[in-house]
Amino acid sequence: MKKEIPLAITFLTGVIIVVTFFIPHQPLGGMQQRLLIWYSIVLGFTLLLGVDSLLRSNLQKIMRRAPGWPYAVVVVAGFLATLAAGIHTWATTKDLLSLGSSFMYIYTYMIVPLQATMFALLAFFIASAAYRAFRARTLEATLLLVTAAIVMLGRVPVGAEIWDKLPGLQDWIMEIPQMAAKRGIFIGVALGTIAMSLRVILGLERTYLS
Amino acid sequence: MSHIFIALVTLALAAAPVRAAGAPAAPAPAAPAFFAAGLTAADAPNDEGRAIDLSWTKAPGDTGGAAVFRGYQILRAEQAEGPFAEVGFAIGGKTSFRDNVAEGAVHYYRVRQLSAAGAAESETVGPVRAAAQWFDASRLNVLIVTVLLAFLLIWYIERAKKGEELFIRKIQGLDAIDEAVGRSTELGKPILYSFGLGEIRDIVTVASLAILRQVATKCAQHGTELLVPNWDPLVMAAAQETVQQAYSEPGRPDLYKEGNVSFLTTDQFGYAAGVDGMMLRQKPGAVFLLGYFYAEALLMSETGHSIGAIQIAGTTAITQLPFFIASCDYTLIGEEMLAASCYLKRDPQMLGSLKGEDFVKAALIIGFAALAVTGTVGVVLSRGGHGGLASVFQAIKDWFVTA
Repeated sequence: MKKEIPLAITFLTGVIIVVTFFIPHQPLGGMQQRLLIWYSIVLGFTLLLGVDSLLRSNLQKIMRRAPGWPYAVVVVAGFLATLAAGIHTWATTKDLLSLGSSFMYIYTYMIVPLQATMFALLAFFIASAAYRAFRARTLEATLLLVTAAIVMLGRVPVGAEIWDKLPGLQDWIMEIPQMAAKRGIFIGVALGTIAMSLRVILGLERTYLS
Repeated sequence: MSHIFIALVTLALAAAPVRAAGAPAAPAPAAPAFFAAGLTAADAPNDEGRAIDLSWTKAPGDTGGAAVFRGYQILRAEQAEGPFAEVGFAIGGKTSFRDNVAEGAVHYYRVRQLSAAGAAESETVGPVRAAAQWFDASRLNVLIVTVLLAFLLIWYIERAKKGEELFIRKIQGLDAIDEAVGRSTELGKPILYSFGLGEIRDIVTVASLAILRQVATKCAQHGTELLVPNWDPLVMAAAQETVQQAYSEPGRPDLYKEGNVSFLTTDQFGYAAGVDGMMLRQKPGAVFLLGYFYAEALLMSETGHSIGAIQIAGTTAITQLPFFIASCDYTLIGEEMLAASCYLKRDPQMLGSLKGEDFVKAALIIGFAALAVTGTVGVVLSRGGHGGLASVFQAIKDWFVTA
């Protein structure tokens, strides 16, 4: 019964979702939206699981003095400081997003710059990955290099200065061969998704049940 | 005194022609033409009974910009004689409006044109009532294709059940799992597995859980440590169950550590920073990046590359695939991710469903090729005055477009 009941629930839910896609009449119409709301509620509660996992694993690292344990101290201290700022802001302003509050101070002057820093690093990673990918060692890599050069140059004003047909060629690459490859992958993913969903609904795919 | 009088008269006479020539008085605005709206109101099709569609013919004065013609006020009443209240507005040039209403209620409508010349109202139309439909006819094409696909999949599954041998091409990325786990074991290093930013409702995450099961089983057999940092707490719960079960199968539940399958953060770049930090500190021998990824994909895969880990990546996110291909040793492209559980389990029924999928793909390729030829020939023929084939092509194309 440990597996049969979840499988039955999966089957029923899957069939209902498929049917509601084609039947707008109540009570089936809007069912997808209702299930999404339930999902959001469940997700809200599982955040507590996440917090429990985060604190537990980091506290264990600190207590065992595992390698890199000072980072775990920073995580726990950061969590507690943010929690305290949130409670303080709520208690004083009744609005977590009120400008000038301690909670928004942490968000604006710590979280946002850290996010921006990580995002900015992407430029350097793109450069290093592109360098490796564009080394013309094989025919495919050479084709990739030439195509990438055309697309990159075609998208900046200097490209048109070098050769006036470069922007047009760039457009053609993006709209014809690139789009054809992309759509091929899209169709494969769509078919794979339908097949996988059917396997889950029919109970053939059970890995998610463990 | 007489001089002053003469001067005033002269000024008045001089001013009169100036006013007439330089600033003519604006003509009185003409009354707006009668608004022969041709207004129709009908229940919106294929919905759950919450909308009424209105359409009208363009007003005669609806030609200029907003300064000349402001637009159309949509007026609604519960009774034919009113009172009518404004429920919406359509800018000039528009000739339709969808009004959201309660199911079953009766409504009457008018449309009022607003122009610089004034306002004019259409005749009243109604009564009209919004009703729910039992079938969304605009999705008939999806239903037909889905039923056909399901039929083919089930048919191939049944064939596989009867013991028929089915050929499945090799997927290098999945075959390399053994190599990756083996190499980490030899080096005495842990293995890192990430689902990216996929949620449990994403089918690619469910597919990734199947691969995690396989990886975890091999880790348990070899006694290799497995680290699974998570972005979504629900995925974390599912991953913990999966890994725990996988460690139990070869009889090594003692090796399972709950802290190794942990939650990091729901912040995208915070998660990337956390995973990168784990890579740099713990130096895993193999990194699996299998799931749904956004901009953090390259941040993680390049860090994995910098530490010399063998990397197996896979995603259905097309924008991230080039980054994985550039920085990882093996990449599962799109549907290969979704086929992983079938490929790894080698269960005949699962393989049968893959075969059905391949058959549909082949049919689609043939269909697309035939349509491309039809469309091209149709365009060429229509230039010579024979538009029949072009019309057939357009009709087929329109049938596939969902509302």
